[in-house]
Amino acid sequence: MNTIYFDHISATPLHPLVKETMINFIQNDNFGNPLSQHHIGDAAVEALEGARDQVAQLIHANPEEIVFTSSGTESINHAIKGVAFAKFKKGKHIVSTNIEHQSVARTLRVLMRLGYQVTAIPVDKYGLVDPKDVEKAITEDTILVSIMHANNEIGTIEPIAEIGKITSAKNVLFHTDAVASGGNIPINVDELGVDLLSMAANQFYGPSGAGALYIRPKTEIFPLIDGGTQENNRRAGTQNILGNVGMGKAAELARMEMPQRTEHLLKLKKAFIEKLNTLEEIHINGHPELSLPGLVSVSVEYVEGESMMIMLEGEGICVSTRSACAAGSLRASHVLIATGCDYVTAQGTLIFSFGTGNTLDDIDKAFAALNKSVTFLRSMSPLYKKK
Amino acid sequence: MEYSEMVMDHFKNPRNKGIIKNPDGIGEVGNPICGDMMKIMIKVEDERIIDIKFSTLGCGAAIAVSSIVTDMAKGKTLKEAMKITKQEVAKTLGELPKNELHCANLGADALHMAIIDYYNRIAGKQKDTSREKVDYIGKRKGKCYCPYCDTVFLSETLFCAKCGKPTAGQNK
Repeated sequence: MNTIYFDHISATPLHPLVKETMINFIQNDNFGNPLSQHHIGDAAVEALEGARDQVAQLIHANPEEIVFTSSGTESINHAIKGVAFAKFKKGKHIVSTNIEHQSVARTLRVLMRLGYQVTAIPVDKYGLVDPKDVEKAITEDTILVSIMHANNEIGTIEPIAEIGKITSAKNVLFHTDAVASGGNIPINVDELGVDLLSMAANQFYGPSGAGALYIRPKTEIFPLIDGGTQENNRRAGTQNILGNVGMGKAAELARMEMPQRTEHLLKLKKAFIEKLNTLEEIHINGHPELSLPGLVSVSVEYVEGESMMIMLEGEGICVSTRSACAAGSLRASHVLIATGCDYVTAQGTLIFSFGTGNTLDDIDKAFAALNKSVTFLRSMSPLYKKK
Repeated sequence: MEYSEMVMDHFKNPRNKGIIKNPDGIGEVGNPICGDMMKIMIKVEDERIIDIKFSTLGCGAAIAVSSIVTDMAKGKTLKEAMKITKQEVAKTLGELPKNELHCANLGADALHMAIIDYYNRIAGKQKDTSREKVDYIGKRKGKCYCPYCDTVFLSETLFCAKCGKPTAGQNK
């Protein structure tokens, strides 16, 4: 059975050219430590700095503003804790939202235990934050605003540039979690007005275990990991050079291929939504336009998400769900609940995230399988009454 | 996927799904956190379950549990069926992922409630509706509460101060 992979929001396959670049890097015996003062070390520095430049270009930053990390999560932890610890004498208040990824929400929770206060901004039915709410939430004690660029469950793209103007005017640092958006939609750190931005390579056809944090010059921030002088003293520890080289290549390809990728993904998304709309009693989550091009979150009434996911898996179709039974948590998606979705509907949600390798034929097969599973599961749902 | 072959078989080919017209007893249970909802209907003759059907909204484990528990109870006397425990359901079904053992509890509970409902009906008692408040999917408006440890807060809070888990949006 051929696998149809519709879970690119969790991880993307390696781009063939990224794979080739990484294999060449290994085959050329590049094992040096960039801190070594000899030519083997110099070769490692060259590879690392080349990758840094490629990542910087993707987000219109300068290479020295990029810190390589192990993941998007580490980048987020570094940004939030780094600012909190550096600025604790100025204030202990952080503004965020109700729909952040766990890596932001749990980091904030740790800080709350340490005495920091967090204001969580609500969102509208599309998952959009109102910049005016952010402005109102900022106080004299506010040291950081952390708001995601695009939501990883419903795809909504937040008005980061508008919020950036507010934080800049109020002289408050601004971090955005761009893990879901980085490499998938255009990013210009100056236009967004962010001081810190987190990304992960496995979201744009690069390797897992490679992330980056953009830090605007003169931003006061503590390192998350202490030790050596790597990454210009901002992150200790020998770099994952192979991963960074892969991330660099993936960033270069994302920058070059983004228009074609976007066009392809939007075509798939439009075709899939048209088919979904033929089903009874479904809801497409997220903003209809301000949304990631390759992501569709759909809630199906009277059916539970994990059941649908298992049935699709049986047909070789990989999707994800926030209906948390399988993921170890039982609660409904906090993102959907924050948009006003009720518990039962939230539990019946599937996330389809398309990639460059998907085709319209994949869409047809996935929809046919989904339709079959919905009919089967509704036939035994105590809530469903056929119209 | 963590499900055993038996769970998958009962999920994909559920036994006894459907409804019984004019059932002698109905048991309904739900889990307010994960959203599972299970309804079991029985037809009784001479203190024996002669027919049993279920309808379930839930994960793969919940559907498989509904299927197996109805299979286990079919043909048994009411006394025998009351002795079917949640442990027995889980054991019969083989391994269930740890975080889905609660589904086995739902199955046994729904069966027992259907039998109790049968006894209540023949005794002419009113249906006990007190459980619906806790069993049905959370509709607690006006208060922010932790969905894990049930702590109620006076004002909105992002994280539970008691167990530390996020509560964001739960008070909507």
